[in-house]
Amino acid sequence: MVQLTDFQDLQRQAMADWESLHQDGRPIIMVGTATCGRSAGSLEVLDALRAATEKQEIDCHIFEVGCTGACYAEPLVYIIKPDQPAIVYGDVTPQLAPRLIQSYLIKDNPLPRYSIGTFGNGRIEGIPDLFSTPVFEPQARRALNRCGFIDPTSLEHYLANDGYTGVTKAFAIGPEQVIEEVKNAGLRGRGGAGFPTWRKWRFCRDAPSDQKYLICNADEGDPGAFMNRSLLEGDPHAVLEGMIIAGYALGASIGYIYCRAEYPLALERLRGAIKQAKEHGLLGDNILDSGFDFHIKIKEGAGAFVCGEETALIASIEGKRGMPTPRPPFPAVSGLWGKPTIINNVESLADVGLILQNGSDWFAEYGTEKSKGTKTIALVGKVKNTGLVEVPLGITLRELVFDIGGGAPDGKAFKAVQTGGPSGGCIPESLLDTPVDYDSLNAAGTIMGSGGVVVMDERTCMVDFARYFLDFAEKESCGKCVPCRLGTKQLLGILEDICAGNGRPGDIEMLEELGRGIKAGSLCGLGQTAPNPVLTTIRYFRDEYEAHIHEKRCPAGACKSLISYYINNDLCVGCTLCAQNCSTSAITGEFKGPHYIDQDICTQCGVCYTVCPKKANAVEIISPSLRL
Amino acid sequence: MEQQLEAILADHPRKREELIPILQEVQAEYSYLPTEAMLEIARYTGMPESRVYGVATFYAQFRFTPMGKKHTMVCRGTACHVNGAERILEEVEEQLGIKEGETTEDLEHSLETVACIGACSLAPCLMINNKVEAKMTINKVRELYKNGGE
Repeated sequence: MVQLTDFQDLQRQAMADWESLHQDGRPIIMVGTATCGRSAGSLEVLDALRAATEKQEIDCHIFEVGCTGACYAEPLVYIIKPDQPAIVYGDVTPQLAPRLIQSYLIKDNPLPRYSIGTFGNGRIEGIPDLFSTPVFEPQARRALNRCGFIDPTSLEHYLANDGYTGVTKAFAIGPEQVIEEVKNAGLRGRGGAGFPTWRKWRFCRDAPSDQKYLICNADEGDPGAFMNRSLLEGDPHAVLEGMIIAGYALGASIGYIYCRAEYPLALERLRGAIKQAKEHGLLGDNILDSGFDFHIKIKEGAGAFVCGEETALIASIEGKRGMPTPRPPFPAVSGLWGKPTIINNVESLADVGLILQNGSDWFAEYGTEKSKGTKTIALVGKVKNTGLVEVPLGITLRELVFDIGGGAPDGKAFKAVQTGGPSGGCIPESLLDTPVDYDSLNAAGTIMGSGGVVVMDERTCMVDFARYFLDFAEKESCGKCVPCRLGTKQLLGILEDICAGNGRPGDIEMLEELGRGIKAGSLCGLGQTAPNPVLTTIRYFRDEYEAHIHEKRCPAGACKSLISYYINNDLCVGCTLCAQNCSTSAITGEFKGPHYIDQDICTQCGVCYTVCPKKANAVEIISPSLRL
Repeated sequence: MEQQLEAILADHPRKREELIPILQEVQAEYSYLPTEAMLEIARYTGMPESRVYGVATFYAQFRFTPMGKKHTMVCRGTACHVNGAERILEEVEEQLGIKEGETTEDLEHSLETVACIGACSLAPCLMINNKVEAKMTINKVRELYKNGGE
């Protein structure tokens, strides 16, 4: 068995190693290789860097790190020379990699134009301080503080950065006091609903039972959300630490991590971290001689959005179809195999670790009166700086979209922002000063959700957007209760008709009536929130629905059935690109002559619109369609 | 086939909670869930075949036809949708001559959509045999599947 003193030795050693890593005179090269970085080609960049340093015979440390969140600039490479701040290079290609080595490590020219910023002590001329740039300055990175800065496969890196001190603190103060700390911190569930974490724990701790379970919900199912993936890939021990503390507070000796199978790298990192934690006595029987036993098992989700719902998730772990059951009884009293069970989100658990490491007062420094702390947010869609950010709760949507996100790209006008995934709603520009906290977002008709924020510009059709989410909800409805199973199908059918130009007067009222019925009558959160995208778009963008129904016009120019592509021959330069790329040969015209689209052949694929040279911009989108 | 299947089953206790992990491992081995394997899983776990099928058909991950040599997954996440994923899917269907959920007769290509692969900042994207193709356009799709996707 590993004693507390053994752990303290390990910790001291890890800190000494971390120190020497940064002070042994060798440069450090880090490459962001989370899924987002890999998609952008970071593994090829890593190979190129390794080859270049070998060729130049440079003695250095090279290791992989997780995601800092600046996804818009992936692949990211960090180079730290002795006694210099770290330089972060963005959009690095395998071709650029050897140049960085040659230029910065050998010739001492840091190539500022490829860098997005520096961090650490000191400044480098021509490169801004990363954390003072518009993207990072408004952020408060706490749950993500290690993500992208440590090697996620190294227990030592985690230990050298306060890792597992939350566990030793918890063991020192006892389970009751742990719950008290989490209560004082004001932590609310980060998975969506925002229920106070301590209260859930209290129910479970007080429920008499010989066995209790803790489940970490890592089944991040909202399309457009990847906060939990980044955290699991970039700092897996933080989630394990939160689980050990939560299990200790609840009196649960078995924990499950329910992680989607679509996250292979997150699963690999978790398996590696669990193995290390077991080897060093941080998981298993009698952890650090505290008398507390805790074991973690991984369950892979099999692709069902409804399994984010607590009772459906439990059914799935039990090997059944993932269908929800009525509550009460709540899982905190009767959950997995009928035993008291607590389900916490990945980020909530990482926050628990931070609260124990740094204290509840520290955690509550940020946030509003009723929503304490920070929240990780995936900022995606029609926004310049897409990526993962962490902000204090209470920041406004405007700051999030415009200050951090940089607004809509390509000079397009911002239209709306959607929070909360398929369960959330769309917020128009007039409400952009709404603070990002649980209660303010609810009042605006949407929810915080797990933290996905999707930005839309003038080219996004709100009716089509509602149709998209209803298509998702209809497919993901488990089929158990009638309001959800048939209701989402009817909503979808009406929305499809409207987008296809077959909308009828009275459709909007029908959507509203159905939506209210589905919300009131559905068994679980999926059905209860599925109409939100429709109801909020009707509430804030009713004119778009009316234009589709009454004028057969799509104001955003997005619904294929309601638009035509048209070549403005006052602008056309006759380059023939559109005709060459048209897959149905609908475009005719001679070189340097006018071009025409045969509307009877055109399938509105839009390729002519995208290939038309920017300076000509001759292809226009016309709605209503010329075919009608 | 039987040997691999037996090896997978032998690793799992005959408990209901093992059903989904068994199905996942069998699919990882064969790229789909063959009928004979489903019957064998039912026998091994002592569950009615209907229940095994009931669980397998509930989850999007499981398929009952073989995957093509090149498996394309088009992401339909929110960020991809806003950036035109629907037309990307139409173009892939056009290029391969199959619809979502189908496999070409020569077993070269199969096509599925996925709710979100989490590469939202690279939208719209798709995956071919687990390699992400980022920031797709219609022309990039045509380029990808030119010469039968070689």
